[in-house]
Amino acid sequence: MSTLEIIVTCIKVLAVFTALQMAVPVLVIMERRGVSFIQDRVGPDRCGPFGLLQPFADAAKLVFKEDITPRHVDKLLYFLAPAFCLIVPTVAFAVVPFGSGIRIGDFTLSFQIADFRVGVLYLLAILSMSSFGVVCAGWAQNNKYGTLSALRGVAQSVSYEIAMCLAVVAVVMSTNSDSGVSSTAMSTIVADQGGTYLGFFPKWNVFTQPIAFFIFLAAMYAETNRTPFDFVECEQELVAGYMTEYGSMKFSMLFMGEYIAMALQSALLVTFFLGGWTLPWVDLGDGSIAGGIASVIVFLVKWFAVAWLYIWVRWTLPRLRYDKLMDLGWKALVPLALINIVATAFVGVWLRS
Amino acid sequence: MKTQLKKADGLEPRPMVINLGPSHPSMHNTLRVIAELDGEIIRKADLEIGYLHCGFEKIAESKTYHQFIAFTDRMGYTSALCNNIGYVLAVEKLLGIDVPERCKWIRVILAELARLSDHVMSIGLMAMDIGAFTVMLYGFIERELIYDVFEASTGGRMTMSYPRIGGLVKDVPKDFGERVLKFADRVDPFCSEVEELLENNRIWNERTRGVGVIPREEAVNWGITGPLLRAFGVNYDIRKVNPYLTYDQIDFEVPLRPEGDVFARYKVKMAEMRQSARILRQAVEKMPKSGPINIDDHGIILPPKDGMKGSIESLIHHFKLIIDGIKIPAGESYFCTETPNGELGFYIVSDGGRHPVRMRVRPPTFYNLQPFPRMVEGGFISDSIAVMASLNIAAGELDR
Amino acid sequence: MFKDAESVKEKFPAGFLAYEEFRNQPTIIVKPEAVFEVLRFLKDDPSAGYDLLVDVTAVDHGAGLSDNRFSVVYHLCRTAEGKRLRLKAFLNADKPVIESVVPLWLAANWAEREAYDLMGITFRNHPDLRRIMLPDSFEHHPLRKDYPVEGRGERDSFIKYNPDDGL
Repeated sequence: MSTLEIIVTCIKVLAVFTALQMAVPVLVIMERRGVSFIQDRVGPDRCGPFGLLQPFADAAKLVFKEDITPRHVDKLLYFLAPAFCLIVPTVAFAVVPFGSGIRIGDFTLSFQIADFRVGVLYLLAILSMSSFGVVCAGWAQNNKYGTLSALRGVAQSVSYEIAMCLAVVAVVMSTNSDSGVSSTAMSTIVADQGGTYLGFFPKWNVFTQPIAFFIFLAAMYAETNRTPFDFVECEQELVAGYMTEYGSMKFSMLFMGEYIAMALQSALLVTFFLGGWTLPWVDLGDGSIAGGIASVIVFLVKWFAVAWLYIWVRWTLPRLRYDKLMDLGWKALVPLALINIVATAFVGVWLRS
Repeated sequence: MKTQLKKADGLEPRPMVINLGPSHPSMHNTLRVIAELDGEIIRKADLEIGYLHCGFEKIAESKTYHQFIAFTDRMGYTSALCNNIGYVLAVEKLLGIDVPERCKWIRVILAELARLSDHVMSIGLMAMDIGAFTVMLYGFIERELIYDVFEASTGGRMTMSYPRIGGLVKDVPKDFGERVLKFADRVDPFCSEVEELLENNRIWNERTRGVGVIPREEAVNWGITGPLLRAFGVNYDIRKVNPYLTYDQIDFEVPLRPEGDVFARYKVKMAEMRQSARILRQAVEKMPKSGPINIDDHGIILPPKDGMKGSIESLIHHFKLIIDGIKIPAGESYFCTETPNGELGFYIVSDGGRHPVRMRVRPPTFYNLQPFPRMVEGGFISDSIAVMASLNIAAGELDR
Repeated sequence: MFKDAESVKEKFPAGFLAYEEFRNQPTIIVKPEAVFEVLRFLKDDPSAGYDLLVDVTAVDHGAGLSDNRFSVVYHLCRTAEGKRLRLKAFLNADKPVIESVVPLWLAANWAEREAYDLMGITFRNHPDLRRIMLPDSFEHHPLRKDYPVEGRGERDSFIKYNPDDGL
């Protein structure tokens, strides 16, 4: 790796990290104004134009609050948990391709921090750590609501991660690695979805792998603990779950972690199923500056649409019951995902022969 | 789902005891559920109430009959007018007087509007506790519109103290009928919208159907009344069995459901809202367009305020009535009305003095809440939240 | 005379004391010893059939009285037709004890606890006779006439939470 590449990677890391931090206020205002729209009310509109500065006002409020550490907590874990919640989804963003790339001379600036050959595996490995934050927080605060929430969180993550991984496996299987590095590299999965069938039909995985798409969609809500699967922090039962004893900046870190996880999952859905930065009828991967910028915009538009879906679902659906959640995970999604894998394998072999 | 707690080395297995309340997001009031958990399942539940005990019954013994009207608002604050009307009717029963026809119809309309506002809220909060937050805010829109009607006629939005013993504070505005009808037309679209949002949803059905059921005979035995009892299929509506005001002249149905679960309670409340709209339409039509609203007995009714400010006789009259209170014959009476939560009764014992000897309020929610442990034991924590929401507790009434 | 009152008089000649009617509301007054049996009869007899115990409450008729100072009042209703009946039993000031009706109606559980808490009536055989509205450390029964409306200073003697004592 040349010095230039290292410097460029560092800049990309900084840029992505900053962008993610800024995605949180955007998502917050989107959620708050979006829910107001759904619920027939105005929402926050006093802070800045259209209330756009509201999240910053909230953040300022949280930062300046007194940072209380309750006496009965396990100090080490209590301090580690918010960091964990924030870091895990941020780190996972390393492999998400958010644009095609720009070629300058013989140097290619790809819009992805690291394009591993085993990007998907890296991603799933990191994602499986996301429940640690919840467990640490729930356990450390030595509070019954927190403990219950941690138990729920871990059970939920474990069951839905399996379904999610199996859904991704089907996608990996159906990805043609001829055009890229390997079918487990994120860039290959995206590149493979570019272009069209028969000249007009998008080659997106959502059409070739519809079952995997819906399994991933359901698991995505469960992984980020959002309604209808928000058992970990369902206010009416567990007060605030694993966040109960947190305040000030530690609370806002948990909160940000949650929104970054939401941003990550939306990005993954876009990458795996909605064609990532590609547009079916236009080739954006030609390396030109215009193509590169356009691809980032395409990615962002898709990403916003999925994030809006999150908000839409949250404010429309009631919450499931815990046993029903487990039933859905183990009795419906996992078997379905397995069947999907087998079917994909058969179709793949049949197409090749 | 039965798990056995095993004894580990040196560790005594204990069930987890969790407090829901007195300050908890799902307890919209100050009451406390002490739940013994086995994993997610509630093995034993105990209720502790009394956090909002204000001693209204004791206070009533040192207040005149008129003064107590304002306390009834604070008991059932989500349906204050129903409580006001229930109280004044109880005193009127003790006095043995009958109010003019127009007053009766106005009271019917106001009571039904209060019932609507309470049901709208209770359904909204039920949905909110189950996780569908949006329904609650849709309900708030309707409730604000009802409160607009209240404000136009009574001057208050939440606690009105509008009825008086023997009549009303003042007459309703001229456009009262139109305002009521305008609102009555909104009820049906609102109900349809909520039903569409919730009933087609599998999650809502799974969360509410078959939850919190107890046998039907037991429901009566526990003293449950109101929509809750009718969700068990027991046809007991005081507006029908002991008609008061002008309910016997109105054509309406009593919605019943046989199941007794949370879903049935929700459905009964929805159907009752539609019936209330029907009552409103009939009442506006049948209400005398003019006529007295107060009885013609100045030993009971306060003189008009502007007269009191102008003439010394009225002032003395007003002073006497306020200081001495009204003359109530010695005796006792129990009078109950159908409020949104069930049977609200006032048992008043009088010895002929200016204060009651005893004022007992029979609060519907006090009896409705009692079987709560029975309804939730063996179920999930989430179910207990749904059941609690379906009971629609008003702590002001519960603890008094 | 109200039909059910007649049958009570016939069935319980020893326990029956009086029948009153005020504003068309029938009241039967019985001896406290007979209350449980009369209520059982009123509940189980098919012609009476009062299935709903509307309310149980107690009245203090005056601090100076020694005989018949308290009365325990039961309101009954038959849900099918809305037939209502009031049953009363007077208790003396020195021994305000009466049989609990929880075996008949579960509804009586809290209502009797409330009467015990606020009026100091003891219900024999009640499964769980604790205070319900007031804290367990409360000493008086505030609905009694000899208890002042403003209280006896209990407000100042409640245990206060002190964070230094730990949890």
